[in-house]
Amino acid sequence: MDELRLYTYIAVFGSFALYFAIAWWARAGSTDEFYAAGGHVGPVQNGMAIGADWMSAASFISMAGLIAFLGYGGSVFLMGWTGGYVLLAMLLAPYMRKHGKFTVPEFISDRYYSKTARVVAVICLIIASLTYIIGQMKGVGVAFSRFLEVDYGLGLAIGMVVVWVYAVMGGMKGITYTQIAQYCVLIFAYTVPAIFISLQLTGNPIPQLGLGSTLADGSGVYLLDKLDMIVTDLGFREYTTDNMGGSLNMFAYTLSLMIGTAGLPHVIMRFFTVPSVKAARASAGYALVFIALLYTVAPAVGAMARLNFTQTVEPASGQQLEYEQRPQWFKDWEATGLLEFEDKNQDGKIQYSADQKNNEMVNVDRDIMVLANPAIANLPNWVIALVAAGGLAAALSTAAGLLLAISSSVSHDLMKGVLTPNLTEKQELLAGRIVMTVSIIISGYLGLNPPGFAAGTVALAFGLAASSIFPALMMGIFIKKMSGTAAVSGMIAGIGVTMLYVFQHKGIMFIPGTEFLGSLPENWFFGISPNAFGAVGALVNFTVAVIVCKFTGPAPKEIQELVENFRIPKGAGAAHHH
Amino acid sequence: MKKAGYWQENIRLILICLVIWFIVSFGFGILLVEPLNEIRLGGYKLGFWFAQQGSIYTFVALIFWYTYKMNQLDKKYDLEDEQED
Repeated sequence: MDELRLYTYIAVFGSFALYFAIAWWARAGSTDEFYAAGGHVGPVQNGMAIGADWMSAASFISMAGLIAFLGYGGSVFLMGWTGGYVLLAMLLAPYMRKHGKFTVPEFISDRYYSKTARVVAVICLIIASLTYIIGQMKGVGVAFSRFLEVDYGLGLAIGMVVVWVYAVMGGMKGITYTQIAQYCVLIFAYTVPAIFISLQLTGNPIPQLGLGSTLADGSGVYLLDKLDMIVTDLGFREYTTDNMGGSLNMFAYTLSLMIGTAGLPHVIMRFFTVPSVKAARASAGYALVFIALLYTVAPAVGAMARLNFTQTVEPASGQQLEYEQRPQWFKDWEATGLLEFEDKNQDGKIQYSADQKNNEMVNVDRDIMVLANPAIANLPNWVIALVAAGGLAAALSTAAGLLLAISSSVSHDLMKGVLTPNLTEKQELLAGRIVMTVSIIISGYLGLNPPGFAAGTVALAFGLAASSIFPALMMGIFIKKMSGTAAVSGMIAGIGVTMLYVFQHKGIMFIPGTEFLGSLPENWFFGISPNAFGAVGALVNFTVAVIVCKFTGPAPKEIQELVENFRIPKGAGAAHHH
Repeated sequence: MKKAGYWQENIRLILICLVIWFIVSFGFGILLVEPLNEIRLGGYKLGFWFAQQGSIYTFVALIFWYTYKMNQLDKKYDLEDEQED
């Protein structure tokens, strides 16, 4: 066994052993502990757990790659996925914590005095969470097959077993403490290579500053200026100004991601685990600190990866790399099919260009950037091994949080709340564990046989959260008179408009050929891409709800009193059920 | 009305925070990015810096500032959560 594989095995299985040990130590004995960790998690710990919960395989692996190739346009992900926490901290988390229930659908059902509202919320939640998990499972499979060179399916199965052991055994309590460990693993794995690369390129060990520094090659040229120059030389758009589809699209995209983030149930749920309203506010702040540590490094990783990659293929302007002299990492990724070269003019040299006709780098998969980055920069093997463990930590921690959101909404909201109300606590706990097991099997199956629409569904998850859950929660807190009928109409209108827009451009249920307006940008409403449409859906939701409320009258007195009560922090107590 | 006063002050605070939230991200990062890019912050164009760095730092500061102000407000109106740990 070579050194790299040995290190990778140590990093991956060492981290797994740590998660198991924590899960055993923090196993759950009651529904309180299973759904809300008994309400004893401190704000700093909760912030770290939210960070791990939130930062998925997409944040860890895909985001920097997206930024590398989108340049300035990639900012929508940076602002969108962090700005949502400002909304959470001020508009939702403290009040929902004060109300003191276990799940988001339960809050909606209490506030809108309606079982229909609860069922609608459960459905939105399950669709949003399940589509998200498929992505995590795929991430686990890819990480295993690339780094440990085991079969994709076997890697997926190992990941499923690991997550099953600690999520089913520990519930929210076990998941919280393993997520804290996973956060430490993933942030270490993300920043260490970034520090090395920043040091190599600019002499500055802090990537956030390195990105704004001059290059260490003695030329005195700023890194970003150099990058702008070499990408425009190849015919690409300037890195620091390339705006994705114009200002309006970027505006709508950022807003959709922000309110989608604030409306994702697996994140909101984490705020039910803290002991007080004060702690709920503070934990949003800590969560964003821990998230910002990765999100402010990501643009540096992206830009430096793009620079390193481009300069490998074309070491100096007009001087192309001989294909026979390509470095080892190039060969490794060629083997996976994620990097492809085709010698169109048969000169044995690699011509990389924005012009599709002459471009010989026919496939450069964005997702390989973070994983390949340490190898491109010639970093030591233990750093590469660390990245594998970090990617797995990111995928597993998010999958666990999502599984908990699904199992609690089925066992607590659907079964205990609507179908079989006289479930005992013990039975409910068992039901929660069974639902979680079933969800792991379903998501594993979908990860192994990803449906054709898997890629499009992440947009749907954010669109659903943005257009249905966020407005319903916000109006429930800030508009005291908002009635149940009005809120349900708003939710249905918001989802309806968003789904219609996504489907008309991407196909009904993402089946190719059924898109009736085509996915061409010319047909987009004011140039807004389908992924960015959640903000418009939310606007429709708000408008419809307010109008319906005007006509059907306000919410009953006791509901208005309930709202008055959760607006103030006094008398919160731990999360519980009545 | 004690509760009404508390709620009004909270709303005012939220509005101030959201205005700043909007200005640093949608304002400086997107709508005003071109004029701001004329200004340099080391190797960064300023608009680009706000979009990829500055807005995130501001978000973090905003949440902590809001938390601090709300804790003061809770005390002022005597509406603090009894549970402290």
